[in-house]
Amino acid sequence: MVEPATDTKSAVRTVALLKDELDIVIPTIRNLDFLEMWRPFFEPYHLIIVQDGDPTKTIKVPDGFDYELYNRNDINKILGPKASCISFKDSACRCFGYMVSKKKYIFTIDDDCFVAKDPTGKAINALEQHIKNLLCPSTPFFFNTLYDPFREGADFVRGYPFSLREGVPTAVSHGLWLNIPDYDAPTQLVKPLERNTRYVDAVMTIPKGTLFPMCGMNLAFHRELIGPAMYFGLMGDGQPIGRYDDMWAGWCIKVICDHLGLGVKTGLPYIYHSKASNPFVNLRKEYKGIFWQEEIIPFFQAVSLPKDCTTVQKCYIELAKMVKDKLGKIDPYFDKLADAMVTWIDAWDELNPIGAANKGKKA
Amino acid sequence: MRTQPPSLLSLAVDASVLHLSHFSDLSPLPDHILLDLFLKRTLRAGKLNEKILKLFLATGKEEVLSLIQTLNIQHILTPVLPTKSPKMSVVNNIEDGEIDIVIGALHSDLRPFMSAWKSIFSRYHLIIVKDPDLKDDLQIPEGLSFKIDIYTKSHIDKVVGSSTSIAFSGYSCKYFGFLVSRKKYVVSIDDDCVPAKDADSFLIDPVAQHLRNLATPATPFFFNTLYDPYRNGADFVRGYPFSLRSGVTCALSCGLWLNLADLDAPTQALKPEKRNSRYVDAVMTIPARVMMPISGINIAFNRELVGPALCPALRLTGEGKVRWETMEDIWSGMCVKVVCDHLGLGVKSGLPYVWRNDRGDAIESLKKEWEGVKLMEEVVPWFQSMVLSRTATTTEDCVAEMAKRVKEQLGGSDPGFGRAAEAMMDWVELWKKVGSGPSPV
Repeated sequence: MVEPATDTKSAVRTVALLKDELDIVIPTIRNLDFLEMWRPFFEPYHLIIVQDGDPTKTIKVPDGFDYELYNRNDINKILGPKASCISFKDSACRCFGYMVSKKKYIFTIDDDCFVAKDPTGKAINALEQHIKNLLCPSTPFFFNTLYDPFREGADFVRGYPFSLREGVPTAVSHGLWLNIPDYDAPTQLVKPLERNTRYVDAVMTIPKGTLFPMCGMNLAFHRELIGPAMYFGLMGDGQPIGRYDDMWAGWCIKVICDHLGLGVKTGLPYIYHSKASNPFVNLRKEYKGIFWQEEIIPFFQAVSLPKDCTTVQKCYIELAKMVKDKLGKIDPYFDKLADAMVTWIDAWDELNPIGAANKGKKA
Repeated sequence: MRTQPPSLLSLAVDASVLHLSHFSDLSPLPDHILLDLFLKRTLRAGKLNEKILKLFLATGKEEVLSLIQTLNIQHILTPVLPTKSPKMSVVNNIEDGEIDIVIGALHSDLRPFMSAWKSIFSRYHLIIVKDPDLKDDLQIPEGLSFKIDIYTKSHIDKVVGSSTSIAFSGYSCKYFGFLVSRKKYVVSIDDDCVPAKDADSFLIDPVAQHLRNLATPATPFFFNTLYDPYRNGADFVRGYPFSLRSGVTCALSCGLWLNLADLDAPTQALKPEKRNSRYVDAVMTIPARVMMPISGINIAFNRELVGPALCPALRLTGEGKVRWETMEDIWSGMCVKVVCDHLGLGVKSGLPYVWRNDRGDAIESLKKEWEGVKLMEEVVPWFQSMVLSRTATTTEDCVAEMAKRVKEQLGGSDPGFGRAAEAMMDWVELWKKVGSGPSPV
């Protein structure tokens, strides 16, 4: 039986690494009570709350947190017609937070994710682990059997070429979940009672050329290295598909990271995922995705970006072209998605002009 | 002429044969029906088992009892085997008789090793291959209930002859064991390893875990973030394509090491006190086309599928009797990975752990041997770029093709590679000659 950490107030407040360089982006539709539990770990950081759903509702943020909050009206005002690329009634809207942030790193977490305990019973500071993952290199070119060699207590094994031991910069840190695992609807229906109780004490680099299912529940990334590729797609209201936002972003960022020589890590930290969503609702949302992914995966596996795509934006625009070209025939949704991908880059570049110091404050 | 339709009685008796195990008492049945049930239906349908036999015996009817005596039907006594773990037979469909444990003996005194592994190894057949360079006789504890075959230099010479470029000395002696084994699965652990203990201080059975790894599919085409989806309590995560969920056969299982990890000499020499104490509770499939250093210290494989691909080919000039002074397993491992990727088989890494005893001196090894570290710089990119031709459809074909390419493309840069190519070609021939059929020893 796993349980979340209940008394985090007494958790040791360590030095808040990168506290002026990292934003925490949280999409929410209900409330932010869960922040109380994370307070010792999150309080030093700036929050960007993206309020989905009804903009007339007031989301109360617990006292003491430094934050900016954007609802749908704000998104429309800031982006104008480009706001069409930001999903409505789906947590995919969180990527707006990535766009307006001015920081170097982003950590995003769902509002039903609590602090987990490690096997010794200690409360896990997930943010700290993500930062550690991002600050040390990845090793995508050769698999290390002792996992992340940069972790304390680990190292490169015999046979690992020395020329590959420097590693590459880490662009993404993908964390995992105890308790309710991130299963798809069919698996949830078949195994409604299964809980993830296994604490796997490892971080590892996902090898180059290998795709993975990226979950947005507990995710951190280097915004300057990969931010523009973290578009969470068109989901939710008015769209034929849901619960594939993070998957889509994951496939895009992985091919771009592989192309640009950046690393993606997965494993620690764990958070405690408390809410199991309704599997029947999920099935309706995922249904098309389950079939489409059979074609989408081979598409991404075959993607080869041209050499002159040297920036994330260039890679992403190229990818959008390929999506339109190759996936458009599966469903007109992909045409729309490809257009939205381009709109996203336009919006990103507008809000983040290169060189200029900008004041992206709440309008 | 019309055949007689079956009578109601006949139908009832037939039906009862199917449900015999649910009856608790047959005595109310009239004698002639009981006999019919026993003789014609139960025996003939092959439905007589211990429980049903007891049922008939319990009726006490003379005719039935005398029939049982005349037919010489006897109770089967199942011996109680103390080492059999009930969990084992449920988890895998692998019989103990399908497994060989191959140990390369680089130390003559195997008594501590055998005592440490007794409770885990005793149900399997062991092949111990003595390093041909070892002068002293092997010492094995007396009175063990092991089934062991021991092979020495003379066996190796007899089977392999002298006209081969393969050297079976040092750690390479295990490969002789792989060659002469006739089992489907082989598990091999270095002779300086003992069972590790889990968090509750119980001995970890690496054989059981290796077999679990080999008996469940591997998933090399897409990474599962919850690691091996076939483990209890795990599954494929959201976003994992359904068409890839049946996986492929796992051909190789690579375990890990607590205490003295398999680091190279420079790394261990730099941190001589460093020991691995982290138990990572995961098994995962190494994705397709991804290379990794496969250590020979704690491995298991499906011999029928990939036996010929584990080849003792790359020998360092200063090769020694500690792992820091060898590379043969790393080379062999990359060959196996290329073969598996080509043939659509899987390789898993992670559990099980063994405890590796402290041995040797990394600094001394480093002074003596750094050639291996240098060679890897060339070896890794070369294997990573390897694409075998479509015509290579068997493991032997794959190894032969790789051997040719090693000779052509790497032979020029270091004589060690040329020798490795020769050894690989000899190995394929050797495997064809004595790798199957009656045992050559």
